[in-house]
Amino acid sequence: MTFKLGVALVVSVVALALLGPWLSPYDPAAQLLPLRLQGPTWAHPFGLDELGRDILARLIVGARISLLVGVAVVSVSATVGLVIGAVAGYAGGWVDALIGRIMDVLLAFPGILLSIALVAVLGPSLAHVVLALVVGGWVGYARLVRGQALKLRELEFVQAARALGAPSWRVIRDHVIPGVLPALIVQSTLGMAGAIIAEASLSFLGLGVQPPTPSWGTMLDAGRGHLLDAPHLTLVPGLAIALLVLGLNFVGDGLRDRMSPRG
Amino acid sequence: MTMPVILGVATLVFSLIHLVPGDPAQSMLGESAAQGDVAELRARLGLDRPVLTQYVEYLTRAVRGDLGTSFRYGTPVTREIGARLARTAQLAFAAMAIAILIAVPLGTVAAVFRGRPIDQAAMTLSLVGVSLPNFWLGPLLAMVFAVGLGWLPVSGAGSLAHLVLPAITLGAALAAVLARLTRTSVIEELQELYVVAARARGLSWSRTVIRHALRNSLVPVVTVIGLQFGAVLTGTIITETIFAWPGLGRLLIQAIGFRDYPLVQGCILFIAVTYVGMNLLVDLAYAWLDPRIRVR
Repeated sequence: MTFKLGVALVVSVVALALLGPWLSPYDPAAQLLPLRLQGPTWAHPFGLDELGRDILARLIVGARISLLVGVAVVSVSATVGLVIGAVAGYAGGWVDALIGRIMDVLLAFPGILLSIALVAVLGPSLAHVVLALVVGGWVGYARLVRGQALKLRELEFVQAARALGAPSWRVIRDHVIPGVLPALIVQSTLGMAGAIIAEASLSFLGLGVQPPTPSWGTMLDAGRGHLLDAPHLTLVPGLAIALLVLGLNFVGDGLRDRMSPRG
Repeated sequence: MTMPVILGVATLVFSLIHLVPGDPAQSMLGESAAQGDVAELRARLGLDRPVLTQYVEYLTRAVRGDLGTSFRYGTPVTREIGARLARTAQLAFAAMAIAILIAVPLGTVAAVFRGRPIDQAAMTLSLVGVSLPNFWLGPLLAMVFAVGLGWLPVSGAGSLAHLVLPAITLGAALAAVLARLTRTSVIEELQELYVVAARARGLSWSRTVIRHALRNSLVPVVTVIGLQFGAVLTGTIITETIFAWPGLGRLLIQAIGFRDYPLVQGCILFIAVTYVGMNLLVDLAYAWLDPRIRVR
């Protein structure tokens, strides 16, 4: 039930991002200053912001940015994590020890602290946000894959493949990676929710996407100054983030239940 | 184990200033700054010396508790951190207390009434809590309780009333995580034989749950509270920004805004090392709570 609801929520946001121009005819940067802070009307279903820009049009661009960051961060982090984790778990020895130490250091930075640190020195931009989230993001995937690779390495079919002379890269590609894929897919879904919240957090703090490009985080930040006179500025982007993240969490939980051996 | 991690963290934090595109001193002073001023700042920050010398000096000073001088305030970084530490600690502990007070009863009730509507409602609520970003929950709470009802101050610090909204904003996600964990843990304990034995001895259901099952199920909960301390620490950065709470998180964001790199480095290093120290304490506390780990 929650899985289907999750899929519906995620599909709705993807549709919002893709069908944008058909849903709102307005330019997200066009300013109708006389109508600034106007609440929802038929012409502007989500109202106008502090500069008289259509919030629906901005929400659509924000959805694209959120999804883009989510997909980019997760695909790069998961790929890097998969390769490094598989190598560490399969190779063992000093390679594993070295990678383990690097992961320990990166994990010592709680939450998005490392991303904040990197964006602080590199400067705020969408590309730097993605880079900063990947630097902290691959470790979770690598840990997962390393653990699975360590287990798989000892199994008979993997040992048989090695005994028959299969090179390490082929054992990793044909045996280790397929074995960890289900867990990796679950983690990627939940990781996408995390990446989307992290991007919105950084943009909210002024460290992410820069105005005038709309991001759900920057929209929320702008709404803080108008809690009393225009609460829709805060309600609409916040609800959008919460629903997308809830949807991804529902999908991730559902996938985990479906893919776990005990089902 | 902890010391190499701290050394790695310090190395990474040291290298931050060298990741600044172009000249960090120029970036701090602005593009229009005179070359003489830039050169002076470079010398003051030690950036004109070989990187290895800078690194060794950075570590030596950090060990002595010297994290450099703030570019903006002209005072030692440690003094700026120290001046705001109490506020952040106050907020973090209040948030954790609120989370525990909500989560443990909620999770226990959900476990006892497993599969019933009250359980489903509690678990849906907790999933919503996890999905609600604190940078949305905070303004929402402020909108209702500060702006709308006028019960609580909208920002700042100074009284207990100022603490309520930031602490709830920061504690909500932790409460959601802990409620789910408490439920799972209590369900596991309720299936143990000692629970059956307690019931067979004639103990009431509520007494069995509270005195026996809940008590034993709290060991993993305590561990996770410790591990979630990191999330609370980073959560303070956003919460303090929303409510203009004069703590460490707000100091960090302001320092980034002023390109006060020594202060940024100091705050990041301090938060990361606190987190590592907290994890060490959790490991020790876990061993103390669970004798089986000590034996191993």
